[in-house]
Amino acid sequence: MEILWFIIVAFMLTMYVVLDGFDLGAGIIHLLVAKSDDERRLVLNSIGPLWDGNEVWILAAGGTLYFAFPLLYASSFSGFYLPLIIVLWLLMLRGLGIEFRQHIHNTMWKTFWDVVFSVASILLAIFFGAALGNVVRGVPLNREGYFFEPLWTTFTIVPESGILDWFTTLMGLVALFTLTTHGANYVAMKTEGEVQSRARSIASKASWGVVLTWVISLLAVTAIHPELWNNFSSYAWGYVFPVIGILGIVGMFYYNPRKEDGKAFLSSTLFIAGMLATTAFGLFPTVLPASTDPNFSLTVYNVSAKSYGLSVGLVWWILGIILASGYFIFIYRTFRGKVTLTAEGGGY
Amino acid sequence: MQDAFLMDRLQFAFTVSYHYLFPQLTMGLGLLIVILKWIAMRRNNERYNTAARFWAKIFAINFAVGVVTGIPMEFQFGTNWAKFSTFAGGVIGQTLAMEGVFAFFLESSFLGLFLFGEKKLGQRGHFVSAFLVFLGSWISGFFIVATDAWMQHPVAYAVDAAGNVQLQSFWGLIFNPWVGWQYVHTMAGAVVTASFVMASVGAYYLLAHREEEYGKIFVRLGVVIGIIFSFFMAFPSGDAQGKNVAYNQPVTLAAMEGLFQTKEGAELIFIGQPDMDKLKLDNPLYAPKLLSFLTYYRWEAEVKGLDAFKREFWPDNIPLLYYSYHIMVGLGTIFIAVMVISILLLWKRKLYAARWMLWILLLSFPFPFIANTAGWMTAELGRQPWLVYGLMRTADGISPTVSAGNSLFTLLGFLGMYFVIGVLYLFLVIKEINHGPEAASIHH
Ligand code: HDD
Ligand code: HEM
Ligand code: HEM
Repeated sequence: MEILWFIIVAFMLTMYVVLDGFDLGAGIIHLLVAKSDDERRLVLNSIGPLWDGNEVWILAAGGTLYFAFPLLYASSFSGFYLPLIIVLWLLMLRGLGIEFRQHIHNTMWKTFWDVVFSVASILLAIFFGAALGNVVRGVPLNREGYFFEPLWTTFTIVPESGILDWFTTLMGLVALFTLTTHGANYVAMKTEGEVQSRARSIASKASWGVVLTWVISLLAVTAIHPELWNNFSSYAWGYVFPVIGILGIVGMFYYNPRKEDGKAFLSSTLFIAGMLATTAFGLFPTVLPASTDPNFSLTVYNVSAKSYGLSVGLVWWILGIILASGYFIFIYRTFRGKVTLTAEGGGY
Repeated sequence: MQDAFLMDRLQFAFTVSYHYLFPQLTMGLGLLIVILKWIAMRRNNERYNTAARFWAKIFAINFAVGVVTGIPMEFQFGTNWAKFSTFAGGVIGQTLAMEGVFAFFLESSFLGLFLFGEKKLGQRGHFVSAFLVFLGSWISGFFIVATDAWMQHPVAYAVDAAGNVQLQSFWGLIFNPWVGWQYVHTMAGAVVTASFVMASVGAYYLLAHREEEYGKIFVRLGVVIGIIFSFFMAFPSGDAQGKNVAYNQPVTLAAMEGLFQTKEGAELIFIGQPDMDKLKLDNPLYAPKLLSFLTYYRWEAEVKGLDAFKREFWPDNIPLLYYSYHIMVGLGTIFIAVMVISILLLWKRKLYAARWMLWILLLSFPFPFIANTAGWMTAELGRQPWLVYGLMRTADGISPTVSAGNSLFTLLGFLGMYFVIGVLYLFLVIKEINHGPEAASIHH
């Protein structure tokens, strides 16, 4: 049962990164792909009706984490206190940037929110990557399963780590390049003309960044946390996950010059899903490794709620996800195709 | 540690009270917009459609702020209340996760459709999406209130070997006896807010002699819905909430009512100041025996005062609790009066010309927000010193590793950020109101 919920939470987080990832990515490249007011409205309209629903995945994942693994939720959220609150502020600013911009027709007002939206998206991508880096690297858990980490110390991993050190920053860059590519593929898929060709060229450059940082990070993981590969030697079928990731990368390079944006977008989706699944598979059953004493590590077994709650949870969770998938399919169908400005003023 | 405790409480109280300013309007307006769309469809009246579209604009701004201020709430249980989350996650994690899965997905998906898809969906589809947004927000309200109800009145749990609570019965949690009246009282409070806001905007148009056709629609709908729900706040829902408290948290009731001594035939206080040194109420204005009657239906029934309980179980801020409660009830009474007069004028067809009454309606809109906030302060302060009533003290629930300085820093950050958001919000809403409904018509 714990294993099942581990998979569910990992699945929800992956959905979050894939879905909100493209609107974060659109935000990252916003100022670069779209120069005029019309172009910017085009980019914003391409995510306008979708971003809030995408973001709900992280709220739902947070709620699910809370209910299935209370100690993990409590320990990690209080331990990562400062970066988490900063992430919250960034999420807030970003949402306001999207929603407030169109209400006043004034160039300074619009430029201001465009910059807020874009900078918040960039920082969020880096923070999310760094968060993943922290989970891989481990944190100084105490006997009760709590810890607290400062924002940064000396940028080295030992003896005193901070949220940002060279490894987690590197992971932040991986995330930044990945989401840039993903978002650029999305924008290319949804637009035409100038914006589209700029998005394609950004995607092609950023995918080189992905490859470069990703390879370095793999080497780094092997250096600082070689146990991550143990699960793969015990269960060889786990290699499907990295293979999916690599297929994704190959696809990104293959489809981008051929202007098959939809397939390129699918490829970056595969890459993200493969990479996250690889990490989750490698960590399991640990969910938060302790850098202090391996015995203090949090695993799915010592943080989970009890089985009655987990079993009823399964019933409503499945029901809820079927419903939610229905809504998503419906709205993505309604808003499928290229976005245009003339057809619809773009909401109220 | 004591300092960190204070900071965590202040931060939670501030952020949740601020957040709740927006969902109450979302949930109430959601209903009113559905009604507008319904009338538009039934009577095939484009004016009502335009009215719905106008309110949808305000709804969208309000919803955006509700969403961004709601996101921190979901995470603060972990960041600032880690011990509490470890202790209670096995139970209240259920309702919080269900809120995400059943309510937020629904709301956020269909809001996009409602705002962006009127042409694509057609009128019927647009009505359905408005309805689903409304439904989603009310489901959201249910799960969050069910969470709070469990903290007020924990049920359906068992304590495990590690000393944490675990869920024992799913339906027990959902049908917690505390939740029913609390939910309807809270939702009705949201409708009261929205009807006052709508009536107030309508009164503004009538007073300013612009968009008068819309002004009449707004005043009429606001007053008709407002009177129903204002009555409902007092009876049966407020009354039932009071009984809930009296039977399950008698010490809270004593503090709310300012009843220091146990008494047969206890009086109902209207106005007075609790004096915590002398432990009595200064300058009381009261109705003899009414409290006994309202709680137990017997004029001579005994009501327990604070003296019947150990001091360590008293709510820790009795004056604030007492004032909050009396502000809520006082305002509730005034709302009923305002609505009764308005409806009489409406019935005599004099309301649209009665400028004095329109002025009252125009200026009334902040008060339901105050009443709702005061209501929550009553509920949450009344629960003290417990975080989970009878099971966990508030002081034991905070994060062990987050220092006072860190909480203070983030509290200041939230204060600054929310101040700016508040200013922008008012600015945008006022701008939309000034723009007027006619601008939302399709001919424009
Ligand atoms: C427009 C807002 C509004 C108005 C006019 C009233 N209330 Fe209220 N009240 C609320 C909005 C509210 C609320 C914000 O929705 C609360 C907070 C928690 C809850 O369940 O509802 C609440 C809580 C609340 C509680 C506390 C429950 C607890 O401790 O958990 C009681 C006893 C009452 N109400 C009773 C009343 C009575 C007798 C009213 C008579 C007029 C009244 N309320 C008017
Ligand atoms: C939107 C409605 C709500 C408002 C306005 C509200 C208001 C407050 C206030 C004013 C406090 C401070 C009390 C004090 O420090 O003495 C508080 C505390 C708290 N409330 Fe609520 N509350 C609301 C809903 C909820 C809900 C739904 C939950 C649970 C899911 C909750 C959980 C808490 C917790 C954990 C604290 C901190 C501990 C404490 O001081 O009691 N609140 N709330
Ligand atoms: C009685 C108290 C509360 C009620 C009735 C309530 C209701 C709502 C509603 C209707 C929304 C929809 C968006 C909007 O505001 O316009 C919302 C948003 C939100 N609320 Fe609250 N809320 C309450 C308190 C809380 C608390 C204590 C939490 C924390 C657990 C919370 C978490 C959230 C979140 C995460 C969102 C954003 C959802 C989205 O993206 O659509 N709320 N809330």
